Amino acid sequence: MRRRIGGALWRHQPLKALALLSPPVLAFTLVYIAALAALFVSAFWTVDPFTSLTIHSWTLDNFRELWNEPTYRTVALRTISIAAAVTITDAIIAFPFAYYMARIAKPHTRAILFVLVLLPLWASYLARVYAWRLILNSNGLLNWTLDKLGLPPANIAYTNTAMWIVFSYIWLPFMILPVYAALERIPHSYIEASRDLGGKGFRTLRSVILPLALPGIVAGSIFTFSLTLGDYITPVLVGGASSQFIGNVVYDSVNQSSNLPFAAAFAVVPLCVMGIYLLIARRLGAFEAL
Amino acid sequence: METRATRIALGVWVGLVLVFLYVPIVVICLYAFNSSNVQSWPIAGLTTKWFGPAIHNPDMQQALWLSLKAAALATAAALVLGSAASFGVHRFRFFGREAISFLLVLPIALPGIITGMALNSYFAFWKTSFGLWTIVVGHATFCVVVVYNNVLARLRRVPGSLTEASMDLGADGLQTFRYVTFPTISTALISGGLLAFALSFDEVIVTTFTAGAQNTLPIWIFGQIRLGQQLPQVNVVVFLILALTIIPVALAQRLTRESGILRTE
Amino acid sequence: MTKRMWALVATLAVCLAFPAAGVTKQHGGTLNMIAWEGYTQPQWVKPFTKKTGCTVHAKYAGSSDEMVTLMRSGGGGQYDMVSASGDASLRLIFGKDVQAIDPSKIPDYKNFGKAFQSPSNNTVDGKHYGLSLQWGPNTLLYNTKKVKPVPTSWAAIYDPKYKGKVTVPDNPIQIADAALYLMKTKPSLGIKDPYELNSNQFKAAIDLLKKQKPLIKKYWGLASDEIDLFKNGDAVIGASWPYQTNTLVAAKAPVKDLIPKEGATGWLDTWMVSAKTKNMDCAMKWLSWISTPTVQAQQAIYFGETPVNSKACAIMDKLSKGSCAQYHANAPLQYFKQIHFWKTPVADCGNGQKDCMDYTKWQQAWTQLKG
Repeated sequence: MRRRIGGALWRHQPLKALALLSPPVLAFTLVYIAALAALFVSAFWTVDPFTSLTIHSWTLDNFRELWNEPTYRTVALRTISIAAAVTITDAIIAFPFAYYMARIAKPHTRAILFVLVLLPLWASYLARVYAWRLILNSNGLLNWTLDKLGLPPANIAYTNTAMWIVFSYIWLPFMILPVYAALERIPHSYIEASRDLGGKGFRTLRSVILPLALPGIVAGSIFTFSLTLGDYITPVLVGGASSQFIGNVVYDSVNQSSNLPFAAAFAVVPLCVMGIYLLIARRLGAFEAL
Repeated sequence: METRATRIALGVWVGLVLVFLYVPIVVICLYAFNSSNVQSWPIAGLTTKWFGPAIHNPDMQQALWLSLKAAALATAAALVLGSAASFGVHRFRFFGREAISFLLVLPIALPGIITGMALNSYFAFWKTSFGLWTIVVGHATFCVVVVYNNVLARLRRVPGSLTEASMDLGADGLQTFRYVTFPTISTALISGGLLAFALSFDEVIVTTFTAGAQNTLPIWIFGQIRLGQQLPQVNVVVFLILALTIIPVALAQRLTRESGILRTE
Repeated sequence: MTKRMWALVATLAVCLAFPAAGVTKQHGGTLNMIAWEGYTQPQWVKPFTKKTGCTVHAKYAGSSDEMVTLMRSGGGGQYDMVSASGDASLRLIFGKDVQAIDPSKIPDYKNFGKAFQSPSNNTVDGKHYGLSLQWGPNTLLYNTKKVKPVPTSWAAIYDPKYKGKVTVPDNPIQIADAALYLMKTKPSLGIKDPYELNSNQFKAAIDLLKKQKPLIKKYWGLASDEIDLFKNGDAVIGASWPYQTNTLVAAKAPVKDLIPKEGATGWLDTWMVSAKTKNMDCAMKWLSWISTPTVQAQQAIYFGETPVNSKACAIMDKLSKGSCAQYHANAPLQYFKQIHFWKTPVADCGNGQKDCMDYTKWQQAWTQLKG
């Protein structure tokens, strides 16, 4: 009996594909996609000012408000630029680190480095962000160190700079891992061939290693960019008076104003940004390197 | 190979990055011994008085158990759905192939607050009661892709001839899976599962929207941060969790290092 | 390899099954509460659980808006009780999120000051939608070492002298504080009630807040934000609750608070019971407990607010000498009348006109102010 079914599945490949793919795809479509669709449909509705109940009548009011009021553009630009800055910073920090891990470290060292990179993910995100508050405060660890070195104090507590530092810190492991995976996959023979052809260290790096590692970098950037783009907790904990992110406006709209339609309308911005980002990433081969 | 200077420079860079990664961790562990309940530098004094209350705190214990259960269930769901999807996509060429990768990566690519709001409204609409299962569903959405990618990457490195050889030798589908396929992907499952567990255990944004009145550990931690009265208890909990997870993480690393079957280089 | 994996999975499953069985058992019921930070301290919650068997789980909220949203989340019914201030209570009553209770069932109700037995923010048409709890002012908090001379007016938080070291709450209702300051310093605007502002008066308040923005280090959303700001030297003056003052003083930070000469906004809190609660029994027990003189005194001293039970004064002085007078528990009516308590701004001004800014406009303006 078992053999018959097995044989039938082996011969009728599409049947096997269907059996394998339908549970995950169905689960996703019926729950996640349906929920998303319902959310973005509600962007075209409004709420009653006093009772905060949703009124199901179609209107573009939310989008008009977003377009006309410059605040939201400022918030979106701030979020996107910090997300970009964080991504670039993490790529720069992660690449040499991953290179060392993948190509220079002995297997024993590599294993230890791997564990050391993963371990911070187990220390609560909230606790780590909160620890940064202590470090960056006026009387905090950073200024204390600068003082001991005879340098002037840094006034970066509760600023966008502080957020940039904290975000770069928190998402760094998510950039190191894919870059490491990509670098590890480069066969040694490629490097040797490049050297045989006369490429010195930097040339090999530029023409052989970087292009091959690029999918990994882009894959890592998907994490750093999207996680920064959607975050609202770090701005609350570490941000200052002008540090609102898209996530904060969306969260306040839901929590403070009970205005889900407006929140959904503003959420279209990160949706579009990430949609474009994913399309570009796909072009650069990131999906094979996740 | 690389020049000696390069190696040293890179080594120094690695050291600096590790310092960067671990200064906050050291701060957290140090302040578990803070004698004041308000965090400020330099540390007010050292004491172990927070350890007892933290460990015996019933709210913390309940939150921790909920987090562990939710993470385990979400990881289990991710393992099943993620590997099924990766097998489906790897073996067969069909029209919507890339769409599936795109679909699965969405929960991680889109801001958590969108997933959270969407699921919250959806669950409210279907009058589901908020609790463990709504949390699990929320977490499973982004855990699936982690397992999916790990398994898919591994499958791409496995020669398809192994399965055919097994069949030629007389094994049926199930036997082939059990003795040939599963061992080759097992380490990918472990590393994917471990990362999925870590992501679910520490997740706070989606969970805020799907947990209802329940507290997972991150939500409990955020409540304590709001209150500002028992912060060292949070540090104690994080410190202990870190100390306890070193072992499974190191073990998983050993297990996933080289599976003899696949040495292609 | 496979055998080991199965063994691992089996062990894990067994490990999870055991505590899962144990954790869900409950004796007297659980109360899920939405509370202000500091309202459910173990000091009075532990004896409550011991006495009644009802366990208490608190979710903290930092603003009335959050409380309203949480009460309504998931279709309502997620939480059993909420400690709502006056700017949330009416919204909850009219939104049918809370239910009426019978105050005669609460033994200490008769000891409440007359003004707190049936205040307009929790009593509608003679029905009591909860029990008054405590009340207090939004104070001016300052660092005694860095702020000299001692401030006497709210002008201090609008003063460029403290640029980059000021903090105020991240809450749209803060617009009323600006309006209160203008009420006393610019009478030509004609503001009679800081929560009833027509578009001119509203614009003036927003302009004042815009001028203040460059001075602000951070708009505090969590009580611990402000505590950290003051303790670590990032802020030296700001608007606050007595809870922060008490915590900072206990942590030996050089701070004091006061009510400036223009007066202050404040809050009068009510414990309300959800319309969909399944734990009415425990809820009523909590209401009885929280209104006893001892617990009223404990909470008043801990947070720095004023109890509604007139019998609490004596106990406050026993717990902490002079606290009864410090928190004005013995001279309530006079002191009470000078505080402008939080209430939800509505379009209907109540003076015959209907052109006041409703709360949605307040919320939008606040988001745009923060930028």
